[in-house]
Amino acid sequence: MSEHDQRTPVVLSTVSADDPRLQPAARHPELVEKVIAFTFIVGILLVAGFGACFWVNAAPWTLGATLGGGMTFLGVGLIAWGKYLMPRGPFVEERHTLASSPDERNAFAAAIAERGGSVVKRRKVLGGLLGAGMGIFGIVAAFPLVRSLGPLPKGTLFHTDWVKGTYLVDITGRRVHQDDLAIGSIVTVYPEGLENTDNGQAVDQTVLIRISNENFVTQKGRETWGPDGYVAYSKLCTHLGCPVGLYEQEMQLLVCPCHQSMFNVTNGCIPQFGPAPRPLPQLPLQIDSSGYLQSQSGFNQPVGPGFWERA
Amino acid sequence: MSQTVNTKRSQREAAGPYGKLGHSLNELDDRLGVAKGGRTFLDKIFPDHWSFMLGEIALYSFVVLLVTGIFLTLYYIPSQDLVTYTGSYLPLDGQKVTEAFASTVNLSFAVRAGLLMRQMHHWSCDIFVGAIVLHMGRVFFTGAFRKPRELNWTIGTTLLILAIVNGFLGYSLPDDLVSGTGIRIAYSIILSIPLVGSYVAIFLFGGNFPGTDIIPRFFILHVLIIPLIILGLVGAHMGLLVRQKHTQFPGKGKTEKNVVGSPMYPVFMAKTTGFMFVVTGVTALLGAFAQINPIWQFGPYTASRISYAVQPDWYMGFLDGALRIFPSWSFHSFGHTIPLEVTIPAVIFPGILFNLVMVWPAIERHITKDNELHNLLDRPSNRPKRTAAGVSVAVLCSMLFIASSTDVIANFLHLSLNTVLWAMRILCVVLPFLAYPVTYKICREMRAFAGAGKRKTPNVVMRTAEGEYLATAAPTYVDDDHHELEALTVPTFVQEPEVVAAEGGVRRVPR
Repeated sequence: MSEHDQRTPVVLSTVSADDPRLQPAARHPELVEKVIAFTFIVGILLVAGFGACFWVNAAPWTLGATLGGGMTFLGVGLIAWGKYLMPRGPFVEERHTLASSPDERNAFAAAIAERGGSVVKRRKVLGGLLGAGMGIFGIVAAFPLVRSLGPLPKGTLFHTDWVKGTYLVDITGRRVHQDDLAIGSIVTVYPEGLENTDNGQAVDQTVLIRISNENFVTQKGRETWGPDGYVAYSKLCTHLGCPVGLYEQEMQLLVCPCHQSMFNVTNGCIPQFGPAPRPLPQLPLQIDSSGYLQSQSGFNQPVGPGFWERA
Repeated sequence: MSQTVNTKRSQREAAGPYGKLGHSLNELDDRLGVAKGGRTFLDKIFPDHWSFMLGEIALYSFVVLLVTGIFLTLYYIPSQDLVTYTGSYLPLDGQKVTEAFASTVNLSFAVRAGLLMRQMHHWSCDIFVGAIVLHMGRVFFTGAFRKPRELNWTIGTTLLILAIVNGFLGYSLPDDLVSGTGIRIAYSIILSIPLVGSYVAIFLFGGNFPGTDIIPRFFILHVLIIPLIILGLVGAHMGLLVRQKHTQFPGKGKTEKNVVGSPMYPVFMAKTTGFMFVVTGVTALLGAFAQINPIWQFGPYTASRISYAVQPDWYMGFLDGALRIFPSWSFHSFGHTIPLEVTIPAVIFPGILFNLVMVWPAIERHITKDNELHNLLDRPSNRPKRTAAGVSVAVLCSMLFIASSTDVIANFLHLSLNTVLWAMRILCVVLPFLAYPVTYKICREMRAFAGAGKRKTPNVVMRTAEGEYLATAAPTYVDDDHHELEALTVPTFVQEPEVVAAEGGVRRVPR
């Protein structure tokens, strides 16, 4: 048997053109042909219109309307051509078994196991060394790929830029004075000098709310943290770190718009509702001799969402 | 042996009856041997069923994604450097924005057809993922994933995951307020992974959030690395389809050993090319008339700003919903924190879900002990347990998707957020468990009903003079009979019928 004969034979068949299976599916092919011709003409006009609209720099919707309309008409015409005017069939082809004969399978396995495997078995040391080399290369190659990507976390996630005596400034860099906010007002504040930095905005962002006229105590042990009714909390939601941007003044709630966690402002921002697990960390405040607001210290715990190293 | 003279006539003779085309094909076949394989390809049979077109929608929306995406890369600048915006959109004039944001606004307004391309790109992404999910549902409920096609199911599931990931990455690239919040959430989700979370997050972002590396890194992932993998896997998906041939629903003349339908050339080629045009056209119409992701209205991303009542793209909805309704169960002990309120809904749940989907063919094979090859599809009602399991998972994901708009629902229905949250929590747990027995029962009933799933044949009902009603089967149309014809092997040659000699004096006019 020659090489060619071993391939699957292909049937070369002849069928008469008036075979019912070669007839179009449409009951009135001439009518369908006219309809398709019409959709093609509309399609051509619209596609050409796209070119014209582009040429004269027409409004974007005209570009989309002509391109989309043109493609849709051409496509519908082509589908109709295939569905109604081409041989309706049905046609059939055989499925050939993909699996090989047991002999061929064994031969394949033997080629791998015996030809290759026996060579390795005979030279175990060489095989081992090659394996070790590839393994070490694999591990070492991962070093630059992974480790060069960024710095080690170290204290990054634990600290903010708030320290003892940092002035609170708004987004324009103006210090906040004790007379600035009316009761029930809120402003986002940053450590002075960092209001326009990534870190200042993403990590240090803090909300300052004036609750009353007098020193406000949100929790036991925080007796001096709210001078003149000013309280400050980290603006990073403890759920996923979205800015807690909504202040519901009547109910004294801070609401996170992402997943609707709610924090009670008068009670140390303990979560009242939603998926946030921890209160928003509070920033202890003090007022300097000229009446400007300062932090007494940094936050007493890491801000934002939870992570493994956090105690 | 006669000498070959290279004249026009000898060339014509060498080409045979098919002229220049035949000549080119002969030359090609001399070198590559394309004739036999090429004809097998042209004769390849594709079964006809509307549900087989869902995968085609996915394929063609991916083509649209590639073409529009290439256009966008020509104008988009993947950089977080700050620039002052001075373009044609006046409300942003003079604002400090990142180059990524500025270039996206510019390509929307200043580049001809730019806005159309951007909106088409976004729409085709939503369609791409949607078509993959529907296609997957078709494959699942009809059992098309069974032996020998388990590998293609795995490839398909991987494609779904990659499509979702790449969709999220692309959505993040404009660096607008809404997508920036999405990146912030993604960062926090990575942080929540026990042990390695903070390392992975900080390595990926090149430092603490936001840093200046993430947009360029997302860019190269979005436009090169992941599309390349998707392209390769789509090739493998199609290759396996050709090698293993299409499945088909049972019917007259359809067996495990054959494929009945339309040939590749010209019927399927015409239909599928037309369909590609339609998918492109519909995407362009959506791009023209349905605004999507108007980033200039959201404004540039600033870490301390936030927008209200915004949802991610639909395919992220089930994750967002899971994050919303999961209780605040953080784990603190031994000096460590595991933020379970994030880890479980956003890491463990999708991990289990996609792994379960991935290995489902193996699970089912293990349960049914069925190791046969299957080329004929199941009717979903004939496999009540599988169908019920699939519906149950689909219900869970749909409920989680709905849960991603608790705030909007509460606003719309004038309910308290608390009520909506608890309702969604209960529904997400209860409905999947309810869906299983209900679906199972429906399937069993359908199976018991004789003639279920068959097309009803029309009857002619007559009333006699006495008031008696008689139903008789309506006469069938000629065209309805053609499915009853025996399927034909695609003929190589079509012979014109002999013209019947006209009788003297009678002119035959074709109808």
